[in-house]
Amino acid sequence: MLRLEGLHKRYRTGDEALKGVDLDVPDGQVMALIGPSGAGKSTLIRCINRLVEPTSGRTVLNDTDLTALSQSGLRAARRRMGMIFQEYALVERLTVMENVLSGRLGYVGFWQSWFRRFPGDDVQEAFRLLDRVGLVEMVDKRADELSGGQRQRVGIARALIQNPELLLVDEPTASLDPKTSRQIMRLICELCKERGLAAIINIHDVLLAQMFAERIVGLRLGEIVYDGPPDGLTPEVLTEIYGEEDWEATIERVDEEGSPNTEALASDIGAAGS
Amino acid sequence: MPVLDTNEGPVWRRRTTAAQWAIWGGWFVGVAIVVYCWKLVSDKTVWFFVTDAGRQAADMASRMVPPKWSYMETLWRPVWDTINIATLGTLLAIAMAFPIAFLAARNTTPNAGVRAIALLVIVSSRSINSLIWALMLVAIIGPGVFAGVLAIGFRSIGFCAKLLYEAIEEIDAGQVEAIEATGASGGQKLVYGVIPQILPTFAGISVFRWDINIRESTVLGLVGAGGIGLQLDASISTLAWTQVSLILIVILATVIVSEWVSARVRHAII
Amino acid sequence: MSEISANSYPRSWKKPPLIANRLLRWCLWFGAAIYLALALGTMEINWGRVAEGLPRGQKFIGAFFPPDFVSRWDSIVDGILESIWMTVIATVAGIALSIPVGLGAANNLAPTPVYLFCRAVIALSRTFPEVILAIFAVKLFGFGPFAGFLALSIATVGFYAKLLAEDIEDMDARQAEAIKATGAGWFQWINYAIQPQVMPRMIGLAVYRLDINFRESAVVGIVGGGGIGATLLTAFDRYEFDSAAAILVIIIVIVMVLEYSSGYLRKWVQ
Repeated sequence: MLRLEGLHKRYRTGDEALKGVDLDVPDGQVMALIGPSGAGKSTLIRCINRLVEPTSGRTVLNDTDLTALSQSGLRAARRRMGMIFQEYALVERLTVMENVLSGRLGYVGFWQSWFRRFPGDDVQEAFRLLDRVGLVEMVDKRADELSGGQRQRVGIARALIQNPELLLVDEPTASLDPKTSRQIMRLICELCKERGLAAIINIHDVLLAQMFAERIVGLRLGEIVYDGPPDGLTPEVLTEIYGEEDWEATIERVDEEGSPNTEALASDIGAAGS
Repeated sequence: MPVLDTNEGPVWRRRTTAAQWAIWGGWFVGVAIVVYCWKLVSDKTVWFFVTDAGRQAADMASRMVPPKWSYMETLWRPVWDTINIATLGTLLAIAMAFPIAFLAARNTTPNAGVRAIALLVIVSSRSINSLIWALMLVAIIGPGVFAGVLAIGFRSIGFCAKLLYEAIEEIDAGQVEAIEATGASGGQKLVYGVIPQILPTFAGISVFRWDINIRESTVLGLVGAGGIGLQLDASISTLAWTQVSLILIVILATVIVSEWVSARVRHAII
Repeated sequence: MSEISANSYPRSWKKPPLIANRLLRWCLWFGAAIYLALALGTMEINWGRVAEGLPRGQKFIGAFFPPDFVSRWDSIVDGILESIWMTVIATVAGIALSIPVGLGAANNLAPTPVYLFCRAVIALSRTFPEVILAIFAVKLFGFGPFAGFLALSIATVGFYAKLLAEDIEDMDARQAEAIKATGAGWFQWINYAIQPQVMPRMIGLAVYRLDINFRESAVVGIVGGGGIGATLLTAFDRYEFDSAAAILVIIIVIVMVLEYSSGYLRKWVQ
């Protein structure tokens, strides 16, 4: 499981992005992190794999103190954390296969990766994952030839081929249309379930968060202001997170469209929530 | 856009009076500088030669035709050398410019000290014309094609490295971040995250520089660094004008062909 | 890929090659290898002479620490100043000439005969390097900065008129159409529709050309066209490396200053 203790981040500009965040994410839990822009969501997940160095505090993943790791230790630890990005962040001029295999970079040596000589198991796994996300016909296509939804599927495959213990997902649907957004969210959640993966999903679409996550954490100005099940998001809570607005419409829509997942997951929350 | 109140009502002007005066003042200073420079140059000019130039030009032109086509036989080798100087020099330059660009780009440089040195190398290489590089190299390692290759190479390092490091600084950082998040090492980050993004630019820069280098290598012979410039120099100093005109035609043809080739290649890459 | 079934995924994968046609790919590789072998084979490097030159090269590099500004100070100052005057008036004159030529060479402004004529002027002045232009200018107009000034002006026309023409061809046609629709005359049309669109970039390019002309002014002196080049050539001919180093340092510094200020100016204009 992942544990954050008093995580604090102050940027060089003086902006305080995180003001002492404490958070536990048990194994296999899909958690959505919601909050307005600038609340520190991106900073929070980047502090976990240290793409952003936290100013103080600790992050512990299954008994490894990530914040105390040396550079090489950090590389090894990053292999255990798959990351999915907002704008897909595929290397656009590389093929789909290279993009997926780049998830294995932490496991292979420099020259092996230079000559694209990845171990047979890795290649096989890459084909299997591409088949799972429905893109096996696209292996030799260049990433910039794909549509947004397809690119995000490649991004998911790249994260999963790392064989991670934790998924860090940064606004996976921000550049996608509503339908594709749901498909991508569903895919991520299904895959987490298949593999018993924990995930932290940054998302500013409250509706999607409620539909797919087992647990919602609301972040505001670098502090956690809500931590609980999706149906605990009352207008008061949303006002606390986002500020004054008419929230009834948002919540009603959830009830109308509520996916079967929501009910199924709701029962899990009691067991998983801390 | 100021509007002035006058007796006849408001009048729109493009600029305020002060701004207009400043602009006129600027023009005045500029013109004064040009006139002053012109006077200094004209003081050093023998105007008799200048007024005589029309007649001289007509005379020279009449001596240049027809070009001595038979001289072409001796020109094939210098043309070959000229192309080689440009090509090998460009290869040398891009091989050296590639690492230097990475050291000079803000987002890939190991530290500020290294970056300053890389930038100094780039600016020195760029500031000095290839003919001056050739002059130096001929003085050091003696005349010949090799000096020409090195001269073109040294001159082009700065050009290629500058354009390349600017391209590196403009890459999409998100792609590199994604590679970093997989646990990739520093080298792997460059190979998977940075290089694919700059490769097309890099190829474009190389071809573009090759085209310029063809042009520049035609004159290196003037200082003894090989290529067709040697023949040009010799023909001019022996007043063999029919050979000179042939050489000019050959240079023209070479440059046009190289421009065509580089345009085609760049088109194919991008 | 249809043979892939759920339980037997391939264990190897190869990146598809850049050039899909295998024959063409091999021909290109083979051709490149043969060319390189021939080019290197015909280079005729005199290694003995190169080895002999190495100590001299060392001495030359040593001459930069510190360079000798003193012993030839007067002629260095003379040469640099002459280069600067030459650069200034050549840039101004070249750009003044470029404006009509550039307007004529834009195919959305000029009638076809004018277009072809102006394009021919540009092509001719672009093909020959500044040095070759300078050689002929020296032949016709005598030694001194006037010849250098002419050579640089002509080269400026080739550079600037071409870019101006391309910029005009790329401009937003709707703005031009709108001004034309008001019933503006030709000059008004140029002034209101074309000039505002191309001006900022053109000012930037003018400064850039000033920078190029200064660098080139150092080489036209080598063939007698005035400026710092003559001083530099003398220094090399006499193996006075420490004076040569001083001149090079001055050139580098001036180019750096020009480049820095041109970057600043371009930001300010845009």
